[in-house]
Amino acid sequence: MARQAPDAGGLLLRLHTGATLVFLYAPIVVLVVFSFTSDSFGVRWTGFTLQWYERLFRDERLIGATLNTLLVATISTVIATVIGTMLAFAMERYRFRGRTGLEALLYVPIVIPEIVMALALLGFFALAFGLIDAWFGVRPVMGLATVIIAHVAFTISFVVVVVRTSLKSFDLRLEEAAADLGADPWQTFRHITLPLILPGIIGGALLGFTLSLDDFIITFFTTGPGTSLLPVEVYGQVKRAITPKINALSTLMLVASITLVFLSQFVQRRGRTA
Amino acid sequence: MKPAIELRSAVKRFGGVTAVDNVSLTIGDGEFFSLLGPSGCGKTTTLRMIAGFEFPDAGDILLHGTSIGTTPPHQRRVNTVFQSYALFPHMTVAGNIGFGLEMQRIAPTERERRVREALELVRLADYGERWPRQLSGGQQQRVALARALINRPEVLLLDEPLGALDQKLRKEMQLELKRMQERVGITFIFVTHDQEEALSMSDRIAVMHHGRVLQIGTPTAIYERPNCRFVADFIGDTNFLDGRITASHAGHAVITTDDGLVITGASDRSLTIGSTATVSLRPEKARLTIDVPPGDIANCFATTVDRVDYIGSDTRMLVRIGSERTVSVWEQNNRSTLDRDAYWQPGEAGYLWWPAENGLVLAE
Repeated sequence: MARQAPDAGGLLLRLHTGATLVFLYAPIVVLVVFSFTSDSFGVRWTGFTLQWYERLFRDERLIGATLNTLLVATISTVIATVIGTMLAFAMERYRFRGRTGLEALLYVPIVIPEIVMALALLGFFALAFGLIDAWFGVRPVMGLATVIIAHVAFTISFVVVVVRTSLKSFDLRLEEAAADLGADPWQTFRHITLPLILPGIIGGALLGFTLSLDDFIITFFTTGPGTSLLPVEVYGQVKRAITPKINALSTLMLVASITLVFLSQFVQRRGRTA
Repeated sequence: MKPAIELRSAVKRFGGVTAVDNVSLTIGDGEFFSLLGPSGCGKTTTLRMIAGFEFPDAGDILLHGTSIGTTPPHQRRVNTVFQSYALFPHMTVAGNIGFGLEMQRIAPTERERRVREALELVRLADYGERWPRQLSGGQQQRVALARALINRPEVLLLDEPLGALDQKLRKEMQLELKRMQERVGITFIFVTHDQEEALSMSDRIAVMHHGRVLQIGTPTAIYERPNCRFVADFIGDTNFLDGRITASHAGHAVITTDDGLVITGASDRSLTIGSTATVSLRPEKARLTIDVPPGDIANCFATTVDRVDYIGSDTRMLVRIGSERTVSVWEQNNRSTLDRDAYWQPGEAGYLWWPAENGLVLAE
């Protein structure tokens, strides 16, 4: 088909599209560009440098916070994925009393404001710690463990939603066929069900991981003194002074999350074709 | 020898619906046995109970004399070919076929050999490394068959396995299935709603309706001597001539219809005079001639031809007796291809006749 010269409407449409893309991506591009500027306030381009990356790797607080964040995200994702997958099976495969109620409850963490969830968790920990103190005489303190518990609590719902989607499209006759061919329930799960819904589980896990990684509000409320996690730490540093070090850190996180997304798509596509 | 499968008063209910209602069956070793009936008649539920996907609410199922009523499916030496094939999409053809042996922990070398044999049995020797979705419907069907047969089951269950295939392929697979069954000598229990398929393939057929078995018999018995109106109607085509019994003697009964026709038919039971009954007359068992037939024919009526449908091998006609009643009669086109005058035309008058034993009297 011959390309036509755009009319006024077409021109407007292109302009609109271009403006939207600039609006969405310009801040990110600026962020990445200024991670390489030699200007120490990171607001002007004064020449190329890698010094902010260098300084980033020498900043033990930031590195420590990053490791903590990765640790929290990994542990909470594993726990949330296992529990969430089991929940998804229960919801999808069985009819039981209170199933509708549970269904509604599961969606609550997704829809309520995060600050409410954060305050609720804070209240819960205060109450739980008080009870533990009263019964056992030890008072636990807020720290990595409480952050992990909090993250598990708010990511489970997301895992359930994603895993249920892949369970819905699963053909139950395949499980009957496996049983018919001599596979016991565990073998059926391991050889048939799990491999076929694995892309969904990985999708749910990656979503949970990403949510945990950059969560600020819940983390802020459930962490304790001396335990720093990346979003909170970055917030603290930015409050004092914005340096291109933060830009460098953001750029690295951007690269890492893009890699993760591509990886998950790759895994899911393989899951479909294999 | 114990029968391959025995159902003893098996009952299965789903909520308030009785899907299988007191079914008793005995299926012999090496038999090709069909469960035939319209959808919802309980044939698939019966098969699923034998497979172990459903447990009977009452009664029992025996596999070569051993009760398996509550045995889970993976512990039954029974395999199923599913209607949708249910091939594992994440495994190759060879992986699918070898799955049963893998579950039995058969050594890989032995497994490979038997998978190769099974692939050859279903003529898919070069397809082992393909994925199920790369195969045609007919090929997937053969993989499903190989996947079940490789386990050397005591009984093979087939749930409308040809339902998804087109007509031509279906006929081919019917022949192939039958040949394969004769070759491997395994008892086949075949579920179908296609009466022609059941008639051509089975040693015996059970006709089911509303969860009950109405009649069990050879294809000829089912077609020629149906024991009730439903079976006569479901298998093949037939005319029903309803009336009341006016005479009943050895092997025959006479019924009189509301419009006054007196019809003699075969009956293996003695029937009460005055009770309602029907004569089932298959369209190919009556004849239509211009003149009165010679000799003493039990049933002969003057008719006019109402409609003529030429369908190649047959001519199917609807003829009228009196003012209200129409009867369908089929005539084989076995005359010379040039003899064009030999065909009936609508409006022509003639005689419809059939010997007493060509119609079957069924009590209502």
